[in-house]
Amino acid sequence: MSLPSLWLHGIGLIAPGLDHWTQARTVLRGEAAWANAPTVLPPADRLPAAERRRASRVVRVALALGLQALDGQDPADIATVFTASGADGHNCHALCEQLAGEDRAISPTRFHNSVHNAAAGYWGIATRSMAPSQVLCAHDASFGAGWLDALGQLQTEDEVLLVAYDSEYPEPLHACRPLPDAAGLALWLGRAPRAHSLGQVQTALVRGAADAMADPGLEGLRAAFPSLRALPLLERIARGDTAPATVEYLAPQHLQLRFTPR
Amino acid sequence: MPPVAITAHTATSCLGQGVAAHTRALREGRSGLTPCRFETVDLPTWIGEVPGVDAVALPAGLERFDCRNNRLAWLALQADGFAERVRAAVARCGADRVGVFVGTSTSGILETELAYRRRDPASGALPPDFHYATTHNTYSVADFVRTAFGIEGMAMSLSSACSSSAKVFAAAARQLQAGTIDAAVVGGVDSLCLTTLYGFASLQLTSPQPCRPGDAARDGISIGEAAAFALLEPGQAPAPLRLLGVGESSDAHHMSAPHPEGLGAQRAMAAALRSAGLQPGDIDYINLHGTATPANDAAEGLAVAALFGRGVPCSSTKGATGHTLGAAGALEAVVCAIALAEGWLPGSPGTETVDPAIDIDYRREGSALPGMRHVLSNSFGFGGSNASLVFSRGSA
Repeated sequence: MSLPSLWLHGIGLIAPGLDHWTQARTVLRGEAAWANAPTVLPPADRLPAAERRRASRVVRVALALGLQALDGQDPADIATVFTASGADGHNCHALCEQLAGEDRAISPTRFHNSVHNAAAGYWGIATRSMAPSQVLCAHDASFGAGWLDALGQLQTEDEVLLVAYDSEYPEPLHACRPLPDAAGLALWLGRAPRAHSLGQVQTALVRGAADAMADPGLEGLRAAFPSLRALPLLERIARGDTAPATVEYLAPQHLQLRFTPR
Repeated sequence: MPPVAITAHTATSCLGQGVAAHTRALREGRSGLTPCRFETVDLPTWIGEVPGVDAVALPAGLERFDCRNNRLAWLALQADGFAERVRAAVARCGADRVGVFVGTSTSGILETELAYRRRDPASGALPPDFHYATTHNTYSVADFVRTAFGIEGMAMSLSSACSSSAKVFAAAARQLQAGTIDAAVVGGVDSLCLTTLYGFASLQLTSPQPCRPGDAARDGISIGEAAAFALLEPGQAPAPLRLLGVGESSDAHHMSAPHPEGLGAQRAMAAALRSAGLQPGDIDYINLHGTATPANDAAEGLAVAALFGRGVPCSSTKGATGHTLGAAGALEAVVCAIALAEGWLPGSPGTETVDPAIDIDYRREGSALPGMRHVLSNSFGFGGSNASLVFSRGSA
């Protein structure tokens, strides 16, 4: 079954050893080797000072990804889809620890940062965007859920910014959900081409096996971070390869994404 | 947007299990709020607790999903023959052509809160019977519903705080339009936990008495829990109830305070009217977000007054159910369905003296309103996430 096609205008990527889409593209083309390194998160300098100081890792990665994909475009009128397999893990740990103790007078800031839509809320504050914002979770299938929701948004919106992101929990939750670091990707999508569009993507839901990355390091990233399950698609885009990428989604369905450069 | 048929719906809250219990309570103007005795919580506040949640047993094979939130979901799915309607839709459309969209704010985090009390004294490890993915994770409740019905289509939890389960209607409607699915199970499930009770108390947003939305002396929310579901199908399906329009926006203002003039709320309501192809004068009733905090109700009052003036009767039913957070949008969708089916305009239980500064037609008492056709339901959440839905009776 085939679904409406969409245009890809911009990409953001942040992961261990990958600081930016332009650098990641050379790695995905095989022109440079991937080397593991802690994720580098830029400061959330679009936020007002008070919020910037308190911005958690999950908020910083999401904001940076979105801005990277938009590459200077004014975000104010662009609808957003934020999809994350979890929320702010460090904050969640601190809340659960305190609620398990005697003094349960938790900090109001901790509480409002605990909501799954914290990154979306800060995005609105940082960009002054009053456009609709969707906030999703599908655990390991969160990228696919976000992709399908973005496709749905394009039924009514001209453009949508999809931001898929993850951040780690500290112990003891880390043992139950071993996300190693913060990472994610952002895709600026639209119904119609822009002058600088990279190309078109056609979506289908298919059964069978999802694609893995040939490079063991990159495959490690794809497997470790739900937001990076789309790496096979980004590899096709980086290489201008029009063979469809099968991106892991919810069994028994996967997303088959066919990129056509313009 | 193309209209969407709502072919089944149900709700479970502190007012009872199922549509009939809610209809009776709304007609009587009854509240289900009680002083907080939940778990070990020691706070001077009132809550809307669903009786019997802890006694619910999940079906065999789904034990890994066991947590208060999924028990509440299961309890709710048994009412009004809803589970049978879902099974029939799966059989009719095919398992991979049905989607699941569930709104929640805290999912099964209570399970993690309790597990932290049982950490290994030496290693600090969580107990081995704790299942993060199927209880705590935000997706747990959508996964549970999908797995329980053998659904193989798309699924997601939406978690935009208190607008979560209004936005599921919008997300599902877009997928029906895009052709990804032929039917959608949508809903909202949020259950009591320490995070929200102590969290809202930390923000000084919980009232020491039953909440009084729109009242001049309102002083905060009563937290409730609920689960409500609806089955959505393409507009041509025969149904007594339709989703005619959706509107969403962001406040871009503050994480926990609404835009003081309700600009985001206004934008969401205007978008919902546009999406439905209606004018403000077409709306017969507005179910307000109406949480009973001084700031929220003032902002929503300004937003409603700017678009509708005093021309549309409004009420908040949170004095009956409490603020059920991520479940509020779906629960109040069912309240709207009842209003349309019964020709009954719900009142605002708990509200005594309407704040004269809220310059809208705020109804304290319920009343008959035969011939109601279109109603609007508002849901606004932390982080400035706003959603408004237009529901209509019969064919569009």
